[in-house]
Amino acid sequence: MADDHAGRNLPPLSLHIPEPRFRPGDTVDFGHFEIPAADASSRPPIDAAAEAMRGHSYGLVRVLDEDDRAVGAWDPKLSPERLLRMLRHMALTRAFDERMYRAQRQGKTSFYMKCTGEEATCIPATHALDRGDMVFPSYRQQGVLIARDWSLVDMICQIYSNSGDRLKGRQMPIMYSAKEANFFSISGNLATQYPQAVGWAMASAAKGDTRIATAWCGEGSTAEGDFHSALTFASVYRAPVVLNVVNNQWAISSFSGFAGAEATTFAARAVGYGIAGLRVDGNDALAVYAATEWAAERARGNHGPTLIEHFTYRSEGHSTSDDPTKYRSADERTAWPLGDPIARLKAHVIAIGAWDEERHAAMDRELAEQVRAAGKQAEALGVLGDGMHQPFSTMFEDVFEEMPWHLREQSAQMHAERAVSGITAGGEK
Amino acid sequence: MSDTRTMNMIQAINSAIDVCMGRDPDIIVTGEDVGYFGGVFKATEGLQRKYGKTRVFDTPITECGIIGVAVGMAAYGLRPVPEIQFADYIYPALDQIVSEAARLRYRSAGEFTAPITVRSPFGGGIFGGQTHSQSPEGIFTHVAGLKTVIPSTPYDAKGLLISAIEDNDPVIFFEPKRIYNGPFDGHYDRPVTPWAKHPASAVPEGHYRIPLGKASVVRAGEAVTILAYGTMVHVAAGVIADTGVDAELIDLRTLVPLDIETIVASVEKTGRCIVVHEATKTSGFGAELSALVQEHCFHSLEAPVQRVTGWDTPYPHSLEWAYFPGPVRLGEAIKRVMEE
Repeated sequence: MADDHAGRNLPPLSLHIPEPRFRPGDTVDFGHFEIPAADASSRPPIDAAAEAMRGHSYGLVRVLDEDDRAVGAWDPKLSPERLLRMLRHMALTRAFDERMYRAQRQGKTSFYMKCTGEEATCIPATHALDRGDMVFPSYRQQGVLIARDWSLVDMICQIYSNSGDRLKGRQMPIMYSAKEANFFSISGNLATQYPQAVGWAMASAAKGDTRIATAWCGEGSTAEGDFHSALTFASVYRAPVVLNVVNNQWAISSFSGFAGAEATTFAARAVGYGIAGLRVDGNDALAVYAATEWAAERARGNHGPTLIEHFTYRSEGHSTSDDPTKYRSADERTAWPLGDPIARLKAHVIAIGAWDEERHAAMDRELAEQVRAAGKQAEALGVLGDGMHQPFSTMFEDVFEEMPWHLREQSAQMHAERAVSGITAGGEK
Repeated sequence: MSDTRTMNMIQAINSAIDVCMGRDPDIIVTGEDVGYFGGVFKATEGLQRKYGKTRVFDTPITECGIIGVAVGMAAYGLRPVPEIQFADYIYPALDQIVSEAARLRYRSAGEFTAPITVRSPFGGGIFGGQTHSQSPEGIFTHVAGLKTVIPSTPYDAKGLLISAIEDNDPVIFFEPKRIYNGPFDGHYDRPVTPWAKHPASAVPEGHYRIPLGKASVVRAGEAVTILAYGTMVHVAAGVIADTGVDAELIDLRTLVPLDIETIVASVEKTGRCIVVHEATKTSGFGAELSALVQEHCFHSLEAPVQRVTGWDTPYPHSLEWAYFPGPVRLGEAIKRVMEE
């Protein structure tokens, strides 16, 4: 009989449900984190075999040390000018987030998402890429657009869904699309951009192009099937792609343990797929720059894809619809052992004598004014709270290249309905 | 017009892809087993040899990845023609089709588009059981931004597939695998007729299009309008021949966009309508057709619209022919609609 274990006195099974270390009211102690010294990580040659660098999926690439100096093999040795441009883009992103957050609270739009504390996970990366490289972002990579000097007015018009919104008010705020900046249309569905980035990279390679692709997703989204499909394709075809995971510890209210962080690192997903993996201090702008530069060079040399985990912390709520005090300790943000990315980069440029507190304060004032002016310019084209800014007929455009009869019929019906209600929009008086 | 050759539906599909690839270097064919082997149904046979491994290649077994990668390739500027080996396997790709490919033009206000043609064999009648027999077209016709095309002959398959590949919107191209090798009238106990005996097997070797959104009147008639597509066109033709009913048989060919004018003109003439598909009944595309006929032709109708469909069960293996909407089910519907 198959049932030969019957009657044995077996212990009952138990189900493990992950639980974060700290909940609201708890005192936070991140002492359990192993933070290696800034110069501890070796820098493999860009054509290193993936199996020869597995340790990098479990370590932490760091460049800035306790004295704010750039040290070790990963120091990208950037010019002060480059460092200051990165710092400026990071500070501008933070100023932009502050203002847009307030704009949402003032009723000018429906929704906003800040990237506070995570600015270094994409801005230095964008500096390390070529502008022609294609970016497949998630919803928290506004820093990429800012690092590519994209128009703030254009971004705010999208956030306000106003008459200047190139996306015709169709997308939720921050779901930008900017083809000219080689920035793919953002989806609200998670990790869908991952296989798309791999596909773009495969197309580029198939065509003998020199441009590479990049994608970002959060650690929570690594659980999606799309993530694993993407890594399989990337590995199989050695796609020239840099795949970033922003491990900011929290997916709305679910801590990273629900994506598997209790068991291993996110960079270690690379090990199973036989591709290069790097785990990086995501609050160290120089480390992120160096890792991206390494991965981009590897991809460009036909040595294959890299998965980069950016170890960081989401300092704010998931979005304006979220209140993190309900599920995590407020102390986490201040106790975070890897500090604030802007403060660290600022301390570094001061330490090397390229910057000082006065100039930084002046820059912050200037950036706040720049954002304020852009906001004013965008607001002149309307805010969401004012109503509907696009001509109603645009609702039926772009579903298909040519509008089929059933949409023409529905459009006519909608126009009749609007006429009955006496409501017009977007210049249709 | 180029030379004509006798082709079955597989050969016609292969010829369509071949012609398109020869004209446009941005067309790329991907899917499970499509490369060296040429596909489990041989639809892509010889294409890798002819166009090279970077244009025709095998993929990992992840439909989500196949379509997601195709969306990225389309964003780059290619025109991917991925194959999903069986329509039953398409569900892991649903998010990439529904939320990504179908909506990309709209959500980016035309900045990015997804000119992707997803080819997939569908339908039953081959003892494929519940995972090799389904007809999921209704899932895709329900999605804004997708076109859905289903051919019923080799000639149509080639002309429609060329139009689909050249279309700038994503197209779901379902191939009725029961009639890959010959038309099937639903009499499973009779010998199979090869396509060579059917006039629509005469297929031009070169490039031609059949426009998307145009139905074909297979047989003109006065008594009742039968709306069908794919395999069911041939089942309906067989029943019409066997019963002698003077039915007008319309092969829809494209479900979205639908050729409503041809449907309305026919039902206004006949006053009666039967909708036929192999897919399950509830919320199937027949429900949409039935509603449209009622909306557009209410005053012409002399009887309720009849739906002849598969049952609302999974596709059974051994009871396949009790499930399949064959000649008896359609014959009974004709009787009912004519009695009113």
